[in-house]
Amino acid sequence: MAIGAKRVPAQEASRRGASSEEAALGAAAPLLEIEGLRVSFLQYGRGLQRRTVQALAGVDLSVGAGELVALVGSSGSGKSLLAHAVMGLLPDNARSSGSIRYAGEPLDGERLLRLRGKELALVPQGVTYLDPLLRAGEQALGRQRGPQARSRLRAVFSRFGLPERAERLYPHQLSGGMARKVLVSAAALGGARLVVADEPTPGMEAGKAAEALQALRELADGGCGVLLLTHDIEAALRVADRVAVLYAGEAVELAAASDFAGAGERLRHPYTRALWQALPANGFRPLPGVQPAPEEAAASCAFAARCGQAAPECRAAKPAMRVWRGGQVRCFKPD
Amino acid sequence: MEKLSADIQDGRRRGAGAEAAQSASGGEGIKGGWGLYLLGKALRLILLLAAVSAVTFTLVSHSPVDPVRAYIGADILRVGPEQQAQIAAYWGLDEPPLERFFRWVGALLSGDLGTSMIYREPVADVIAERFASSALLMAAAWLLSGALGFSAGIAAAMAHGRWPDRLIRRCCYLLASTPPFWLALLLLTVFGVALGWFPIGLAAPAGMAAEEVGWLDRLRHMALPALTLSVVGIAPVALHTRQKLLEVLASDHALYARSRGERGWALLRRHGLRAVALPALSLQLAGFSELFGGAVLAEQVFSYPGLGQATVQAGLRGDVPLLMGLVLGSALFVFAGNLLADLSYRLVDPRLRERSRTS
Ligand code: SF4
Repeated sequence: MAIGAKRVPAQEASRRGASSEEAALGAAAPLLEIEGLRVSFLQYGRGLQRRTVQALAGVDLSVGAGELVALVGSSGSGKSLLAHAVMGLLPDNARSSGSIRYAGEPLDGERLLRLRGKELALVPQGVTYLDPLLRAGEQALGRQRGPQARSRLRAVFSRFGLPERAERLYPHQLSGGMARKVLVSAAALGGARLVVADEPTPGMEAGKAAEALQALRELADGGCGVLLLTHDIEAALRVADRVAVLYAGEAVELAAASDFAGAGERLRHPYTRALWQALPANGFRPLPGVQPAPEEAAASCAFAARCGQAAPECRAAKPAMRVWRGGQVRCFKPD
Repeated sequence: MEKLSADIQDGRRRGAGAEAAQSASGGEGIKGGWGLYLLGKALRLILLLAAVSAVTFTLVSHSPVDPVRAYIGADILRVGPEQQAQIAAYWGLDEPPLERFFRWVGALLSGDLGTSMIYREPVADVIAERFASSALLMAAAWLLSGALGFSAGIAAAMAHGRWPDRLIRRCCYLLASTPPFWLALLLLTVFGVALGWFPIGLAAPAGMAAEEVGWLDRLRHMALPALTLSVVGIAPVALHTRQKLLEVLASDHALYARSRGERGWALLRRHGLRAVALPALSLQLAGFSELFGGAVLAEQVFSYPGLGQATVQAGLRGDVPLLMGLVLGSALFVFAGNLLADLSYRLVDPRLRERSRTS
């Protein structure tokens, strides 16, 4: 056992070594590490036909304490599934593989049950995730009881700009922005260290959405690790430290938020750059074509069909995620 | 005002506003306050009672049953035609039906339900007396089927897909397809005749003065009819509760609750019970008509002297005033059930409660 005991510092050191790349990006020790996460689910077609639909086809990312990482992907790209996978709440017909680690240990089974609602919190999309028959205050408190919890509730609500009467409102009486803040408050009240926030319900007023995002930023500034899943890259860049970009179910780039500047010279993946350049402020050049389904691009670079730099090798094999200029990228010929 | 984003960029623009529009249109529901609500209900009740009495009267006046003959029974040969005509005149049967109907309506409006031909007592008294024993029977059956059905439904949903769920579901289908009169006879044969645990009929031991009948006796006489009657109501409540609870457990807010460490029975208590208790209660309340129908049957099989039995007698012997009174009474009873079901939603569900307050 002596050997084992001796090995611990060595492992520790190597882990620190691994995260030093992230340190270069401004991250502390990773709270959440996701490696090669794949999620598929069974779909029943006509008759008794079953087919497997691949939703996530390889997601790698990490979130450190005090850091807000945004995963940007188009709607319907399986972002919510990622949130549910981290929380261990995938539906019964879903299968997942790859590794999810929390504070260095695999996140599954008993550990997951113990951490959920305490160190681990989900901030879901919006008001439909609140029990329609329970008052907002009660929901934000969750399983916590007593006068102490009550006063903490009051404090947290006012910190996120919720009026005192909000405690007594039912979900249908809350505006979209308020509901979102109640959900963020719930995470803060539970004493979460890692918060996975699904994007706010589409259709929320822009100003309110920004306020709700600011609440997440405050959580990160308070020491939480926050993973924000969103389709809105502009909004994400306003609050995020780092950005992971999702394309056809794969993470294709991991970049610092500050890399999104100018004409995108510091970005690594052609898709990320195209995304950046399509924004009105950066030239408004939309990218023609659509994302393939993950299955269609199982053995090639998923972006090959739309990539200006595509080479024959890009269609013959799938590039792996690799460290590149202080970030990560999934491309054979990164810039 | 839509943001340019990964969505648009990929040509996969989705109707982001669609969801918001949907939730906004859902807000336009029942408008108006309590006053308007109750007024509407009262109007509906009056229309219902008018329609029910008109239809019933039309049916009875075309019925082949001759009340006079039914009243005289086997003595018909010894009662001459003049005497029969006298009896008919005494009851007012010699007048045309329409006139009789309006006379009955007039009396009803002044609070007089008329006199029962077969019991020779005021209809109101007959109904009051019969209702007392029937109400006990129906209340017992109602509570029993509600409690059993509700618990079975919850147990099934919590064990979704596993053997307890399958077992409960099969039992429900079996119960739902069992004819009540057959079940009544079965219970009677097994527990009344073969085992002798329960009396085979009546509401109290025969030949005992009403004051001497104890609670235990009443309960023992009520047990089998109540059991029969409750069995009819178990399956719908159980299956409905199961379905509702499964919906709740698959909902977004249940997923969120699980993400916060809630699970199993604790999650059920906090998020499930409230949501499924209401539909179950309203289903039970709306089931008053089946309850009354079932009571007619069960009381007949067990010779239990309640409203059901009186209804059968009134029908078979052409006792028009009693029948009309009973029909009005049962319509009122069923209406009350539906009204309570509706009210329970308004009072308990915060979404409806708020709407009924804004006048
Ligand atoms: S691997 Fe090839 S096709 Fe894919 S993004 Fe890189 S250069 Fe373009």
